[in-house]
Amino acid sequence: MKDVMLTVEGNKALTKDVYKMTLYGDCSDITAPGQFINIKIDGLYLRRPISVCDMNWNELTIIYKVVGKGTEALSKMVKGMEIQALTGLGNGYDMADAGDKPLLIGGGVGVPPLYNLARLLIEKKVKPTVILGFNKKDEIFYKKEFEKLGCEVRVTTVDGSEGTKGFVTDAFPEDYTYTYCCGPEPMLKAVYKTAKTSGQYSFEERMGCGFGACMGCSCKTITGYKRICKDGPVLRKEEILWED
Amino acid sequence: MGRLSVNLCGIELDNPVIPASGTFGYGYEFADYYDINCLGTFSFKGTTKEPHFGNPTPRIAECTNGLINSIGLQNPGVDKVISEELPKLKKCFKKPVMANVSGFAVEDFAFTCEKLDKEEQVGWLEVNVSCPNVHGGGMAFGTNAETAASVVSAVKKVTKKPVIIKLSPNVTDIVTIAKACEAAGADGISLINTLLGMRINLKTRKPVVANKMGGFSGPAIFPVAVRMVYQVANAVKVPVVGMGGVSSAEDVIEMMLSGATAVEVGAANLVDPLASKKIIEDLPKTLDKYGIDNIKDIIGGVN
Ligand SMILES: Cc1cc2nc3c(=O)[nH]c(=O)nc-3n(C[C@H](O)[C@H](O)[C@H](O)COP(=O)(O)OP(=O)(O)OC[C@H]3O[C@@H](n4cnc5c(N)ncnc54)[C@H](O)[C@@H]3O)c2cc1C
Ligand SMILES: Cc1cc2nc3c(=O)[nH]c(=O)nc-3n(C[C@H](O)[C@H](O)[C@H](O)COP(=O)(O)O)c2cc1C
Ligand code: FES
Repeated sequence: MKDVMLTVEGNKALTKDVYKMTLYGDCSDITAPGQFINIKIDGLYLRRPISVCDMNWNELTIIYKVVGKGTEALSKMVKGMEIQALTGLGNGYDMADAGDKPLLIGGGVGVPPLYNLARLLIEKKVKPTVILGFNKKDEIFYKKEFEKLGCEVRVTTVDGSEGTKGFVTDAFPEDYTYTYCCGPEPMLKAVYKTAKTSGQYSFEERMGCGFGACMGCSCKTITGYKRICKDGPVLRKEEILWED
Repeated sequence: MGRLSVNLCGIELDNPVIPASGTFGYGYEFADYYDINCLGTFSFKGTTKEPHFGNPTPRIAECTNGLINSIGLQNPGVDKVISEELPKLKKCFKKPVMANVSGFAVEDFAFTCEKLDKEEQVGWLEVNVSCPNVHGGGMAFGTNAETAASVVSAVKKVTKKPVIIKLSPNVTDIVTIAKACEAAGADGISLINTLLGMRINLKTRKPVVANKMGGFSGPAIFPVAVRMVYQVANAVKVPVVGMGGVSSAEDVIEMMLSGATAVEVGAANLVDPLASKKIIEDLPKTLDKYGIDNIKDIIGGVN
């Protein structure tokens, strides 16, 4: 964990309310795909957790959806401005279990952290299949980027305006060795029920600190209580305990 | 003894800055990040007789200049704290630590304190009476002078370590409660715990935290804390530990002027993990700025 100042290099809309921001600065504490950063925003008390979408030496990409005051403020930032962020938070995905044909499943703004994972898997000569789930065509982002990496990409939309009509689970391939996913909880649950293999699932929770100090983000798992911010956000399929 | 040192119930602190319970875990999360031996001491997470998972999530709601938390005393229980957390702490913290204790019945407090009394590293017992009394219809122990005092008496019987009673601000007359605790033998009084608060999500019209209400803290409550510390410090002879919204060296000085012997820092640690360290580093120059030679001289120094 490191508290660093990052300089905004670019910030542009990918869809009506989803933005991609590139940042420049010290990324040395980011050690695994699926980790997140916790961003300080002027005038707001708590920091905002956002996943690392990609990271390369001193450059960091995040993709965020405008849903409230914090993400709204982020969307107004322009090149040259600085943001303060705690970096290298959370456990991230473990690539050791991928096998040779992993399946990556992202829903909405759960897609971003899978990009870094896909890129690193391909660097290891592993070719993932990627399912990207959205509500409708004009919400789709990053399809081309995944294709450029060399992934097989399947898109699903709830209204059928592009790709397979339905949910991510409607586009599962026959054959895969492992699952990695990130998205809203109902999607994670559906993947959990559908997937034939073991996998790693990235969760969200309201956070006080983001680094393990406040117990704000605790959840129950089969292996005991865990903090989503520190022991997660990625949980292994075998340890997930669904409440209700 | 430096210009920052203070004496809290017979134990010397290098400086008056103490990370507050619930915002500093059992210390080692922060020790990975900086050398926590720069602290006066710190108060560890509220510990109970049995393990507790706490409340359902969401447990956190943002507020203007603060947050609401409804953690619900999540902790592994006193036995595990002693067998697992304290040995880890011992490796990274060489000073006496403040053990924060909670309970849901008077006997629970005594049980937990008796066990922690045997731990060498525990310097003080900070007894949090802001939790519901299961035998008192769920009213917090700290909202009634008699029940608060009964907790102090029960704990004093089982320990020789200084007992600091931590009071809830959600009361009409804090002074009466503080005096009753002093009369029952409390060696010190710390305040304030969080103010009961609530936020509502406008889109869903549901409370933001699952438990509906939670404890409000952070810079927004600082003036309330200064006022209550002032009232209590003027009414009791035992030392007072002040907290509530402290986020800077200047806040520490203001809290001490109002009557605090030492000062706890809570929410600030969550938004900036270095907050307590920075405050300590800023203290000498801030004392210079206000012409203060020795921090002890300003305790209760409001004109
Ligand atoms: C580990 C993690 C990674 C995330 N990665 C991304 C990402 O890559 N892209 C993206 O668009 N979003 C991501 N989110 C969700 C993102 O944190 C929230 O959308 C954001 O905090 C909303 O802030 P706001 O001020 O705009 O909204 P407001 O509703 O005004 O926020 C109020 C409070 O609620 C919290 N909050 C609101 N929604 C969420 C949520 N879904 N999860 C956790 N806290 C929330 C805020 O942090 C803030 O404390 C992630 C969340 C977590 C926990
Ligand atoms: C996340 C969180 C957890 C807390 N847990 C405890 C606790 O276990 N025991 C306790 O006595 N106080 C607890 N408190 C209260 C703080 O110790 C402190 O009294 C209060 O937050 C006011 O200080 P602040 O405004 O600096 O945060 C907690 C506060 C927060 C924010
Ligand atoms: S957000 Fe504080 S412990 Fe996870």
